[in-house]
Amino acid sequence: MTFEHVLQYLLAGITIGSIYAIVAIGFNIIYNTTGIINFAQGEFLMVGAMTAVTFSRLVPLPLAIAIGIAVTVAVGVLIDFVFIRNLKKPTVLNMIIVTIGLSIIIREVALHVWDEKVRSLPYFTGDEISSINILGAYISPQALWVLGICATMVVLLNVFFKYSVMGRSMRACSANPVAARLCGINTKNMVTMSFVLSAAIGALAGCVMSPITQTQYDCGTSLAIKGFTVAILGGLGNSTGAIIGGLIVGILEEFSISVMPLAYKDAIAIAILLLIMFFRPSGLFGKQEVSALKEF
Amino acid sequence: MLRIRNLHAGYENLLVIKGASLHVNPGEIVTIIGANGAGKTTLLQTLAGLVRPREGEISFDKTSITALPAERIVGMGCVLVPEGRQVFGTLTVEENLFLGSYSRRRSLPREEYRRELGDVYRLFPRLEERSGQLAGTLSGGEQQMLAIGRALMAGPRLIMLDEPSMGLAPIIVKTIFEVLARLRDMGKTILLVEQNAKAALRIADRGYVMETGQIILEESAAELLNNKDVQRAYLGKEYKSIADLGEQGERQ
Ligand SMILES: Nc1ncnc2c1ncn2[C@@H]1O[C@H](COP(=O)(O)OP(=O)(O)OP(=O)(O)O)[C@@H](O)[C@H]1O
Ligand SMILES: [Mg+2]
Repeated sequence: MTFEHVLQYLLAGITIGSIYAIVAIGFNIIYNTTGIINFAQGEFLMVGAMTAVTFSRLVPLPLAIAIGIAVTVAVGVLIDFVFIRNLKKPTVLNMIIVTIGLSIIIREVALHVWDEKVRSLPYFTGDEISSINILGAYISPQALWVLGICATMVVLLNVFFKYSVMGRSMRACSANPVAARLCGINTKNMVTMSFVLSAAIGALAGCVMSPITQTQYDCGTSLAIKGFTVAILGGLGNSTGAIIGGLIVGILEEFSISVMPLAYKDAIAIAILLLIMFFRPSGLFGKQEVSALKEF
Repeated sequence: MLRIRNLHAGYENLLVIKGASLHVNPGEIVTIIGANGAGKTTLLQTLAGLVRPREGEISFDKTSITALPAERIVGMGCVLVPEGRQVFGTLTVEENLFLGSYSRRRSLPREEYRRELGDVYRLFPRLEERSGQLAGTLSGGEQQMLAIGRALMAGPRLIMLDEPSMGLAPIIVKTIFEVLARLRDMGKTILLVEQNAKAALRIADRGYVMETGQIILEESAAELLNNKDVQRAYLGKEYKSIADLGEQGERQ
């Protein structure tokens, strides 16, 4: 492999890896507030992108994306109001099973609304043949959009959870919901907020990746698996871990193409997931002390 | 300040509180003693809004809080320090204290917040030393101090505590009871549930005895300490050992 080849794979890996990181962060946001894993997270990316594609024929692209985000947020809020808020026994396991069921329902509804055709948003700037030369490797301007938007979201989310009143109270709900209520925090509203937030960043990620990877009614499933792997790899709830985990999985996947048949690419994430589960369940960057304080 | 009339409350198909009535006057320390399973925790949880009453009246400062959810009751100045050191384990000590003031987030000026945080740190200097540490990694005693400190950050007029001494070393228990006495001197009103009846009655003004969901006795703390039945039931063996433990604590 030449240096240019290595760089080429590396750039492709970083691009796709940052999408995985955003999916993982979506998992983390809901996990950090409720302690549950929302397996419908991949569907948020799909709904956001599909809605934006539909509207992009009618309105300017930024507006179409905004509509995609708004619709996805509405779906997230609906999920919370209809299924999570009123769960009789809101145990972690019950809620996780609910989200798995929901992901299947959303996929089926999407199939009826849109059919099974593969679609994509137009490139935000340039088109599929425009590329930027970086030290001999070529990167699509859309990949720069992906990287820029993902990085911005990560920084903003970190500041939000660390310093804002709402971010802190969302973390408190996850740590101890009863104590949170005794402090005056409306835990149900915080759960709703976590669905709003992860639906919004999921939809935005779905839109920004759509020109590169394209979008189909069932693309959420594999994204959810990758994102879940990354979340576990980085330590559940840890967004810095999610970024590094995302880059690791993305880069490994891209390099695997050069040594293994393409069909094995998707198996990489599963293999990593199994290895992590066996050898380091708290993830690479999950602090042992923190994970000991969490439910799982 | 707090008045409860004919309260009935419990869980799905179990009635625990069966017609309890009691009151707490401003500036008092009132204690509720009773055997395991008498319903003391359930009573406090009902007062704090975590358990819905089925019947009866709870009023705080002449306003009815009977139907209010927990997150609204704190805002009225009535706060519960729940049983078993319920801190936010994955947040730092300072973040825990910050969230204590959540119910006043819109009305509390920054300087005032800083001042009250300083007050809590003065009551519990250990918390200041550990302000950046994750609460879940604190010792049991430190977690209980944090739970009390966090409740104080709500700026309450009435503090309800559910067995603050449970499972703690005698020296820490002593610190906590001293803090409660200081809080009363600072004008706070306290409703204290304790297994450690002797220690509780020593700082309390009045006490209630609870048995199977009902208040069976109300007297001044001094009278209860001398009451033969109470001595036999709640101060019996404990009476001596606690006094001894207290002295050990002082010597350390
Ligand atoms: N969440 C719950 N669901 C159902 N029953 C409960 C629940 N919590 C407590 N109980 C029952 O209510 C009764 C009173 O319990 P409670 O915790 O109020 O007693 P307590 O006086 O605080 O006891 P202790 O001194 O041991 O803390 C007990 O019989 C208990 O089994
Ligand atoms: Mg109890």
